[in-house]
Amino acid sequence: MDLKEKLVSSFLAFEDGLDLDHPVHEERSNAIKNFETKGFPTKKDEAWKYTSLKSLEKVDFSIFPKHETTLEYKDIKKYFLHEIDTYKIVFVDGVYSSYLSETTHDEVDICLMSSAFSKDMFRPVLEVYFNKVASKDESLTSLNTAFSKEGAYIYIPKNKMPKKPIQILHLATGNEAALMLQPRNLIVAEDNAEVQIIERHQSLTGNEVFTNSVTEIFAGRDAIVDYYKVQNDDATASLVDNTYISQKDNSVVRVHTFSFGGKLIRNNLNFYQNGERIDSTLKGVTILSDKQHVDHHTLVHHAQPNCESHQDYKGIFGDSSTGVFNGRIIVDKIAQKTDAFQQNNNILLSDRSTINSKPQLEIFADDVKCSHGCTIGQLDEEALFYLRSRGIPKKEAKALLMYAFANNVLESVRIPELKARINKIIANKLGVRMGFDL
Amino acid sequence: MLEIKNLHASVEDKEILKGIDLKVNAGEVHAIMGPNGSGKSTLAEVIAGQEEFEVGEGSILLDGEDLGELSPEERAHKGVFLSFQYPVEIPGVSVTNFMKTAINESRKAQGLEDMPANEMLKKIREKSEMLEIDRKFLSRSLNEGFSGGEKKRNEIFQMAMMEPKLAILDETDSGLDIDALRIVANGVNKLRGKDNAIIVITHYQRLLEYIVPDFVHVLYNGKIVKSGTKELALELEEKGYDWLKEEAAV
Repeated sequence: MDLKEKLVSSFLAFEDGLDLDHPVHEERSNAIKNFETKGFPTKKDEAWKYTSLKSLEKVDFSIFPKHETTLEYKDIKKYFLHEIDTYKIVFVDGVYSSYLSETTHDEVDICLMSSAFSKDMFRPVLEVYFNKVASKDESLTSLNTAFSKEGAYIYIPKNKMPKKPIQILHLATGNEAALMLQPRNLIVAEDNAEVQIIERHQSLTGNEVFTNSVTEIFAGRDAIVDYYKVQNDDATASLVDNTYISQKDNSVVRVHTFSFGGKLIRNNLNFYQNGERIDSTLKGVTILSDKQHVDHHTLVHHAQPNCESHQDYKGIFGDSSTGVFNGRIIVDKIAQKTDAFQQNNNILLSDRSTINSKPQLEIFADDVKCSHGCTIGQLDEEALFYLRSRGIPKKEAKALLMYAFANNVLESVRIPELKARINKIIANKLGVRMGFDL
Repeated sequence: MLEIKNLHASVEDKEILKGIDLKVNAGEVHAIMGPNGSGKSTLAEVIAGQEEFEVGEGSILLDGEDLGELSPEERAHKGVFLSFQYPVEIPGVSVTNFMKTAINESRKAQGLEDMPANEMLKKIREKSEMLEIDRKFLSRSLNEGFSGGEKKRNEIFQMAMMEPKLAILDETDSGLDIDALRIVANGVNKLRGKDNAIIVITHYQRLLEYIVPDFVHVLYNGKIVKSGTKELALELEEKGYDWLKEEAAV
């Protein structure tokens, strides 16, 4: 039985444990039908031309973990940003771990989807927001919607801001030979609310993990949302991250994606601007080695006038790694005075590494500023000699140049401890012991 | 201190240095002059270890040690410094942090601990004041958007920070106006000492009025065709290089 059949046939068993009268349940039923019709995307789909899920479809993934596992905080501490105090929403093999988490209902709701689904008090919010910006058409998103049960639920009411950043951590223990996870996150920042979120997926062993995640983010008028994705997983972990963002007037949403590890990563990051004077920022640093594969597919839909979007993706590809950047920008006819900027710069460190970079601009308004640029090159030999002539060894000099190349993406990280952590991960990834205190 | 013997170097099978002999003692300043394309910058880069050039015959000895097999960074650790003719722009790395990294990497190579932060700051302040470099300048990305003169001044600032045994200044005067030239030359002169040596590569006599050399050499077509004292530079200023070219052709 292939993975698609297994998933579709598991849906009935999955439904058993759910409240079928809940208004969101119809969404699940419709979604499984869509997934059943469409199946997994293949290379024949234009959007999946360079990323194949074929090898994953052959793996016999457990869809529901059989065991519950408890972990000691000290063993997983390093995966947290533990230098600062944060709220934590932690899942172990897809199951919420209250022991490792720190949630709150004090003015804001920082908790989990399963409780939001089961308690009446959250029903009005779910009715307004759940599955409202996520695609009902895209098959992997539908697959996630069908099995949506657990994930992070974050609701920030009007004019509120949580006291500290929120970390969402998905851990896979390796207790299953191969495990499929489908977390579903809902993040709502009402008018003038503000929130900072860090999300990480981490496999703790070499057993195979396939995560198909969906996150919906709603930013009200004047709201500010910072979302940081740390993708530095084990070489046997694959991730498809589908993030959908809906923004209202004057809101600012910044998503930073740091992709340093994992077997296969596909980021589908979609911004929908539903108001004026919106600022959408999409930034990414990708540093790959071995046979790693990362595919960034971004979409910014400018649907109203006077909005901005800033995209800046840097990629460094070593060994036989492959990267994809597909940046789609749609500017509707009424979205005059749009200012859309897109940049994708890449360095290939090896003649076996590959990057496929494609801007995709669809502009229907006539008074807009849209710029895009893409570069693919090697490390500058002259610069390398310059640094080495000052006593910086070759490996460190290369690392410094690579770090400098990615640096302006890091500049906009607003949590200094997170920035320091990312710097450390980059130094590890590049095999140098340097502070990069640039 | 520096002894170059019969040095040959080529790039892509084109021989540029065709047998250079040069001896520089501690405490001396040597000027190397010569027309464009004579191999001056190649000589400077070969001494600093630029791997683009293939060194054939000959050797470069620093305090008796052959630099031939050493990487650029190892040469820097031994006290070789090259002030670049065209300093490279490195966006994303600030001048200050570049210097911190360079100094601490060199210290690491010598088995020393990192320089304490306050000592580093003090040194940066001292040397930047000596070269009349604005503090704001130090937090800017290395050479990015710097004017020609700012780049050269920044090179000498790096030299002051690194305190090299052997400094090679490759056309440090080009791009400098007279005031900047004076400041830079003044900085270089302060770095002169009995334990170090400086090689000044220049087209013009002008710089040598400020940094007075002990010896002047003329490089032409990959060879040193004439050596003398500082008066030779004046003679070159007056007569140009043609008479030497003719002499060399004989």
